Amino acid sequence: MSISAIDTTASSRLDRRFAAVRAENRAALVTYITAGDPGYDASLATFLGMADAGADVIELGMPFTDPMADGLAIQHATQRALKAGQTMDRTLAMVSEFRKRDQDTPIVLMGYYNPIYRRGVSRFLEQASEAGVDGLIVVDLPPEHDDELCVPASEAGISFIRLATPTTDSERLPGVLANTSGFLYYVSSNGVTGGAAPTAEKVEAEVGRIREHTDIPVAVGFGIRTAEQAARIGRFSDGVVVGSALIDLQANAETPEQGTQAVHALTRELADALKTARQ
Amino acid sequence: MSQTTATPSLRQGPDAKGFFGDFGGRFVAETLMPLILHLQREYEAAKQDPAFAEELAGLSADYVGRQSPLYFAERLTEQLGGAKIYLKREDLMHTGAHKINNALGQVLLARRMGKQRIIAETGAGMHGVATATVAARFGLDCVIYMGSTDIHRQQPNVQRMQLLGAKVVPVTAGDGTLKDAMNEALRDWVTNVDDTFYIIGTVAGPHPYPQLVRDFQSIIGQETRVQLQEKEGRLPDSLVACIGGGSNAMGLFHPFLDEESVEIIGVEAAGEGLETPRHAASLKGGLPGVLHGNRTFLLQDEEGQIGDAHSISAGLDYPGIGPEHAWLHDIKRAEYVAATDQEALDAFKMLCRLEGIIPALESSHALAEVIKRAPGLPKDHLMVVNLSGRGDKDMATVTHHLADELGLNPDGE
Ligand SMILES: Cc1ncc(COP(=O)(O)O)c(C=O)c1O
Repeated sequence: MSISAIDTTASSRLDRRFAAVRAENRAALVTYITAGDPGYDASLATFLGMADAGADVIELGMPFTDPMADGLAIQHATQRALKAGQTMDRTLAMVSEFRKRDQDTPIVLMGYYNPIYRRGVSRFLEQASEAGVDGLIVVDLPPEHDDELCVPASEAGISFIRLATPTTDSERLPGVLANTSGFLYYVSSNGVTGGAAPTAEKVEAEVGRIREHTDIPVAVGFGIRTAEQAARIGRFSDGVVVGSALIDLQANAETPEQGTQAVHALTRELADALKTARQ
Repeated sequence: MSQTTATPSLRQGPDAKGFFGDFGGRFVAETLMPLILHLQREYEAAKQDPAFAEELAGLSADYVGRQSPLYFAERLTEQLGGAKIYLKREDLMHTGAHKINNALGQVLLARRMGKQRIIAETGAGMHGVATATVAARFGLDCVIYMGSTDIHRQQPNVQRMQLLGAKVVPVTAGDGTLKDAMNEALRDWVTNVDDTFYIIGTVAGPHPYPQLVRDFQSIIGQETRVQLQEKEGRLPDSLVACIGGGSNAMGLFHPFLDEESVEIIGVEAAGEGLETPRHAASLKGGLPGVLHGNRTFLLQDEEGQIGDAHSISAGLDYPGIGPEHAWLHDIKRAEYVAATDQEALDAFKMLCRLEGIIPALESSHALAEVIKRAPGLPKDHLMVVNLSGRGDKDMATVTHHLADELGLNPDGE
């Protein structure tokens, strides 16, 4: 039973992609990179090659000076990106570039509210739509503030993807699911990005609980770093999100080019693991 | 909007969603939402519970030392030659600043909620010390996040916190000041939601923090009202307080918001000057935005990236301001001005020499405004200044800036 106040789900790119992946009896690979890390060109190269490497959905982080919900990997990526001169215009330009080549892979922008608020919600949504953005994840906008961005985004045809966490009890869940479209991002552990992953059994039980309330795809993230972990979670979830592990590869590479290659290599590994996870 | 006969009270906020006008709210990650709603319910229940009020009042009197004196600063008044100046002596309270009023109230809430672990952010270290103090008093684990720059400039407070049994965690992100400490405390909180209570140190953060911190600090204004009535038989004409996040100011101002005759003045830190990028005046030099759980005025660029604040006083070194102040600024009920590092140092010196009181550098910003304003006012103008804390913690900073001028000699000769 899903409670959806606004029906924008009429076949969006996200819906089509999750349906296609479901038909292949596997979980979608959702990858995260921070836009502009370590610099614009390298980040764009990583981003443009991501779908070919096997990502089904790509989350592109909008850098913010105060990433309160992120661990060290994404904090540092954010700082590198800002230092290299990343701006919202450049992040949107990356999406436009991507769309010139790829009409099918959904792009989700992820970040914090202030850079969007400062730009102006309607201006931002207009530009994001034009660039080809499919969804938004804004960490510091709980359902209590749906009128700020969630509702206007849905009206503009952009999915607002909500996070659910272990603290989201059954009483809160319907409110969290209302107005959510595209998919639900289940944050598998309380904490910041890059933290430890809980056991797959625990996550499976939680995903089961969420599915009692909704038909929307449930992707699981936080703490998933390896192909093995991804496969374990991918057995029961509709999507697996990997971020910090990719960021670390980019950060630890000797050159930005090697970083891009390493990110694509892990993406391939993760994608392969998900293809066979349910066999 | 047309003015009707009965002006609505300005003391009713926030609304159900935590807003004061456009400002405030609960802009936090989903992990924290259930906890914040729980806190709000517990706080509402505590407010109705006479036992809670009784315990708070008892400890405020016997442990904190309330009420704090309202002191007529005779020589300062004489020297400035205008308004009659009273100092509200929060510097005399246990741990040396107003911060204990809030820390005590919140630790009692933490106990009601059965939390065993306390975390806090601190800038000047006064809130950290107050929190470590109440945690020790109730036998709770305590972790304090403090920027590395602030650890360096407020050493005595770091040692006090450690002595009280708290773990002080240095934060090196950003400029290593209050904003960064708050980010890190929020990260700890989302990771340890089950057993941890976050004692926020000022009237900022997500609803209900701005409200409950204000309520716990309002004892300052309530006492002032009674004390001035006893001494002068009337209301003050003006109130002056410094603003970091705005808790000592809100505490003094709130009980007077509906008294139209009372002028309310908040003093932000102008650092090296409002015309430079090195200041901490979020109302005078910032724009509305969303950070740390609330919408308020923030130092930021056109991309919405948060700027680094600067002030000689660690406790004012924050790029935001509590949402209720943002609203009072917006509706023009209060006036917000700024004082530079140098003006604060001059005021610091003046209070030492004229009144035998060493004020905190934060409070010295309020005194700097008094020095500008009082001479132009009539002698029957009653001005109350919140002396929010004492300056022992600032000796290193002050010695560095004023050694020669004050004849401070490291060898004590
Ligand atoms: C003595 C003193 N006054 C004022 C402040 C500023 O905080 P607020 O604006 O919340 O009163 C601090 C903060 O550390 C402080 O220690």
